[in-house]
Amino acid sequence: MTLLGQFALWLGLMTAVWGAVVGFGGRWKDRPDLARTTIGSSYALAVAMIVASLALWKGLVGHDFNIEYVWAYTSRNLPGAYVFTAFWAGQKGSLLFWCLVLSVFGALAQAVTSRRHEELMPYVAAVVNTVAAFFLVTMIFGGANPFERMAVTPPDGNGLNPQLQNPGMVIHPPMLYLGYISITIPFAFAMAALMSGKLDTGWLHAIRKWTLLSWLFLSIGITLGMWWAYVELGWGGYWAWDPVENASFLPWLTMTAFLHSVMIQEKRGMLKRWNMSLVIVTFLLSIFGTFITRSGVIASVHSFAQSNVGYFFLAFLVAAGSAAFILLYLRWPRLEPEAKLESMASREAAFLFNNLILVGIAFSVLWGTLFPILSEAVRGVKITVGPPFFNRVNVPLGLLLLLLTGIGPLIAWRKASTANLRRQFIVPVVTGAFVALLLAVIGVRDVYALMTWGLAAFVLGTVAQEFYRGIRARHRMFAESAPIALLRLIGRNRRRYGGYLVHLGVLVYFVAFAGSIFKVTKEVTLVPGEKVEIKSPFGHTWSFTFLGISQYEALNRQVSSASLEVRKDGKAGGVLTSEKRQHVNSFGEPTFQPSTEVGIRSGLREDIYVVYAGSVGGTERSNFAITINPLVWWVWAGGVILVIGGLTTMWPGGRATVPVAAGSSAQAGFEARLIGTEA
Amino acid sequence: MSPRNKFLLGAGIIIASVIFLIASGVKETGVYFLTPSELVNKVEADPTFYDVGIKVGAKVVPGSIRRDDAARRVDFAVSDGSRQFDVTYVGIVPDTFTDANDIEVIVEGKYGRDGIFRATEVLAKCGSRYEAEYEKSKKA
Repeated sequence: MTLLGQFALWLGLMTAVWGAVVGFGGRWKDRPDLARTTIGSSYALAVAMIVASLALWKGLVGHDFNIEYVWAYTSRNLPGAYVFTAFWAGQKGSLLFWCLVLSVFGALAQAVTSRRHEELMPYVAAVVNTVAAFFLVTMIFGGANPFERMAVTPPDGNGLNPQLQNPGMVIHPPMLYLGYISITIPFAFAMAALMSGKLDTGWLHAIRKWTLLSWLFLSIGITLGMWWAYVELGWGGYWAWDPVENASFLPWLTMTAFLHSVMIQEKRGMLKRWNMSLVIVTFLLSIFGTFITRSGVIASVHSFAQSNVGYFFLAFLVAAGSAAFILLYLRWPRLEPEAKLESMASREAAFLFNNLILVGIAFSVLWGTLFPILSEAVRGVKITVGPPFFNRVNVPLGLLLLLLTGIGPLIAWRKASTANLRRQFIVPVVTGAFVALLLAVIGVRDVYALMTWGLAAFVLGTVAQEFYRGIRARHRMFAESAPIALLRLIGRNRRRYGGYLVHLGVLVYFVAFAGSIFKVTKEVTLVPGEKVEIKSPFGHTWSFTFLGISQYEALNRQVSSASLEVRKDGKAGGVLTSEKRQHVNSFGEPTFQPSTEVGIRSGLREDIYVVYAGSVGGTERSNFAITINPLVWWVWAGGVILVIGGLTTMWPGGRATVPVAAGSSAQAGFEARLIGTEA
Repeated sequence: MSPRNKFLLGAGIIIASVIFLIASGVKETGVYFLTPSELVNKVEADPTFYDVGIKVGAKVVPGSIRRDDAARRVDFAVSDGSRQFDVTYVGIVPDTFTDANDIEVIVEGKYGRDGIFRATEVLAKCGSRYEAEYEKSKKA
């Protein structure tokens, strides 16, 4: 099977190179037949990558420990699901996974894109093929070939790192990869538009779903990563501003900026150069993310490997970045804006500021992440910045962004009249101010928390007002009941109301993030029967009585499990257990370091988070870290809302909103739009 | 003022604030990241480096770990091959901090005049957690 896999890799590389060469060259030599072959090569590449991937999966599932990769990441007693997902557990496999997804996306882009964009497609195929060729070269020549065999066949494999044996870890990496990889498609279209000179909004329509898709995958990947860190790493938080986390956050930020600014280009023909730059930067950041993860240039709790592969990425990053920006420079004069900014009180201005802040946040995160390298290069001494830096810079910027989340969707295009402002913002502003005041009265003293929750209430006010007005209008016009009206409202204006749902998700995230300000942690040593009490920020008294340790063996591990009886204000709240696990191979020999399973009792107000940190000198006297984590549940809730909103905006079908002449109708707000679409 | 200039003014304010936040953030929260030799040399040359927040990346000296579980305290020595000093830490160490051979740690804390590093945070560096583990066993 490895022979077939090797063969498929080489065939894939040749196909990719061929497709890239004739794709770029075909138009230049004016040979449409060559351009058609390029598109064919896109499909052929996908087939080759599917064959290679199946070959690797076959090796994994068949426990062929002669294949080094299979030996390194699986073992006979590893649960089946993890054997399957070990495909992307290591660097070599994840590079193959990358090629697989990229080539399938590339083929899909060829298959689903409307014939209207025919002229772009050979270039799109050529760009996708070039990126795929780079990954294949890295695999084959960078010492990252997953099909390498070993001289001897070990009886059992090394097993999978216990911290990766978690359901979240099954889907978190592929989601992030899907996000990273799908960015290549919009980038390919952008390059195709630049190369073909077809610079109207056509390419923007062609990539709308792709940008939303990759944004959605990135959002899911990042949120699952937070969840994994929370339940698996045991430090009581979900975001540590670690370089690898930051690397996934960067393209998300610039992609979010693009999703907003592209609306200005569609509606008003402005920001063409800016949008082009954002697509390029987002693509580069997705490659940069992989570079950071894979190169180990920055010490990180999760950099996965130090290897030469990093240099391949760095070289590609430089080459792709220069090529893209040179191309943009050559087309610069043809990307003149068609309109001017008319007023600061306009949606355009709100979106421009939103873009600036998102890019500002991205810049500061990049700066902070690279600072150890920069300071060492410039001043010869390594200085690191950690969470205090990122919070200090990003909390004010994030709050400004939250404010704009409320303003942007409601303010009129071009120039908002005082009537528009009054009509749209009185209720939300009053709501926000009221909530902030109320919280201050009941004893919240943290300024950032008050600002966050006040602003979140303001944004909630804007979203609720939009839904209320929409439902009321439908109710009046079609006499629909409220739930039906709500569903139809969303169904008929998916882009708009899906967007509001995404904003709702974002504000829920912010509410939850502010909760972490009030986190309480206590480290204690307990003997069985002993009790400890912790006062929570919501004023509850939680008590924890240590019940003892039980030890047993499970499928592939030895477990020591510590149980605590939980009481909330004296009322019984069940038993929480936290485990220390020692994973073993099928001969019962220990593999990997021991790992901790956190005990979590999740609630709408606060999570109880218990870490069993080991026993004292072999007795039952044990150490615990107990954390009360307010509002963490809402992080996951925000993620779910965000995903539902994202899916809504990109759900196929539905009626395209008829673009009404900007200005006249936008002023009148929702009713005019509804009539416009229904008529 | 034209809307364009007003926007540019606003944009300038935002960009200036971002730069200010970054610069002041680095200045006030930045921490030196040193090897044991660099730290020892620095404090010898300039005593103000005693008792300021510093991060040190080093290897734990094998066999030097002494755990006082009851007090949740760990003492160990770190070294980069040429210089060595003791670290003391009260708190729960991560799972990756084991007695196994040469683990790498990043400790954050202050280096005292008594030559002991009082750590407020210990990260057992997993820079190699997922792969070097097997690289190691492959060589073995």
